[in-house]
Amino acid sequence: MAYSDKVVDHFNNPRNVGSLPKQDPTVGTGLVGAPECGDVMKLQVRVNPETGVIDEAKFKTFGCGSAIASSSLATEWLKGKTVDEALTIKNTDIVAELSLPPVKVHCSVLAEDAIKAAIADYQQKQQAGPSS
Amino acid sequence: MLKFPIYFDNQATTPVDPRVLEAMLPYFTERFGNAASRNHRYGWEAEEAVEAARKQVADLIGANPKEIVFTSGATESDNLAIKGAVYMYREKGDHVITALTEHKAVIDTCKRLEKEGFRVTYLPVKPDGLVDLDALRDAITAKTVLITIMAANNEIGVLQPVAEIGAMAKERGVLFHTDAVQAAGKVPFDVNACNAHLASISAHKMYGPKGVGALYVRRRQPRVLLSPIIDGGGHERGMRSGTLNVPGIVGFGKAAELCRLEMAQESARIRALRDRLNAKLHAGLDELHVNGSMEHRLPGNLNISFAYVEGESLLMGINDVAVSSGSACTSASLEPSYVLKALGTGDDLAHSSIRFGLGRFNTEDEVDYVAGKVVAVVRKLREMSPLYEMAKDGVDLAKMEWREH
Ligand SMILES: Cc1ncc(COP(=O)(O)O)c(C=O)c1O
Repeated sequence: MAYSDKVVDHFNNPRNVGSLPKQDPTVGTGLVGAPECGDVMKLQVRVNPETGVIDEAKFKTFGCGSAIASSSLATEWLKGKTVDEALTIKNTDIVAELSLPPVKVHCSVLAEDAIKAAIADYQQKQQAGPSS
Repeated sequence: MLKFPIYFDNQATTPVDPRVLEAMLPYFTERFGNAASRNHRYGWEAEEAVEAARKQVADLIGANPKEIVFTSGATESDNLAIKGAVYMYREKGDHVITALTEHKAVIDTCKRLEKEGFRVTYLPVKPDGLVDLDALRDAITAKTVLITIMAANNEIGVLQPVAEIGAMAKERGVLFHTDAVQAAGKVPFDVNACNAHLASISAHKMYGPKGVGALYVRRRQPRVLLSPIIDGGGHERGMRSGTLNVPGIVGFGKAAELCRLEMAQESARIRALRDRLNAKLHAGLDELHVNGSMEHRLPGNLNISFAYVEGESLLMGINDVAVSSGSACTSASLEPSYVLKALGTGDDLAHSSIRFGLGRFNTEDEVDYVAGKVVAVVRKLREMSPLYEMAKDGVDLAKMEWREH
């Protein structure tokens, strides 16, 4: 399989690999995929509660090069966006940016799911109110 | 000096040995005759060369030259053996026994027979990849015509107990075919020692050319008859029509002869390289799972799952090394390896598997380079793996509820 230059770049120099404290009320965590299917993504955002802007995003991914690149790209795009803007990121944007072939479209879908799951987790924490 | 990409995929195919190529070359040009031409020297020369090669191939597996049928490769040999036998002995029964870990050339041939009304038992294998002889004994019925079990597996290199299987088949009056493609030339394989009635071999797995193979067909005690699957001019004693691939066959013969003469030395050298690779990987990394028996295994094969790392990403990280993976992402089917599945290896570990296939032209320097590279890339990918992090935090991944998509 030939990879696009952008996939290779993200694979070789992944942006924002790491983890944020899961219990922190300003952090939202999304964990999607399954090991049996060959890909699992963990994507985390830290949101500034005053402004609603994502000031930090981190990922860890078990999966093929395209899955790693999709999540790496997603963290880059998330930083600086508001929560609402983040929810407008579509998997097709990732496909276009990374020139993913049809068999790798599911990697971008997984990345979109991971973004949605991370934001949903953050919003749930906010609604639950500040934990004492 | 290392030459990149380093080739560690010798179970997929092997390079043609320069000595083999040299033997073949005259048969493309000056000696281009058709081995079936009976009226002139071109034909006689070609026929002589084919008969010399037939003897070389026969000698490798302890056969009589008259028992060798040349084919276009082992896929054809497997088809001819299985279909040819069950069509010929249809009156005797309609049942075939094989194993879940066989090559597709055997499995898919059996699947076709099922569509035609034959019954097929696909034996499970033990966690080490070996067929359970008791299960095989229980599977044989009065209607069983053929047992087809490979001598060595192409993915995990596991050697099946073909001597015991052959003895059982003989005792029960059932034909025994073995796909010996990966075994022949690498480990001692003798058609009489294992009581094989039929055996498939292929030149390109033993440093010969692609597109030429052979089927061993027993002629005595008992004489095995086959119904041909290709009709035509009646070559190869009517069992396989078609003008013989003379240069290919000459190369096959030379390759078989070299394997026979050099096997003892060569297998010891390759085994040492394989063991060195295995030791270096285990020294540098934790949570490795060797797939299949280490004891009953081809000297050049190592199949390892690198837990928490997906196989295709590992291949991408070691892109100056040519190996293959059982990961779904690297196959057309989008399913992880059915061979690893049959061992009971979970799908997650099947996705993490790499097959290293060492061969005649590999060196210690290559092993050291590959081991170092794999260790570094696996460490990097594990730093990126949420599964590795969770496992290190004590999370039981098997008990998690995953959000599949
Ligand atoms: C075990 C086994 N059987 C059969 C084959 C098919 O051989 P060929 O490529 O000569 O058709 C192969 C090689 O891919 C093999 O490894």
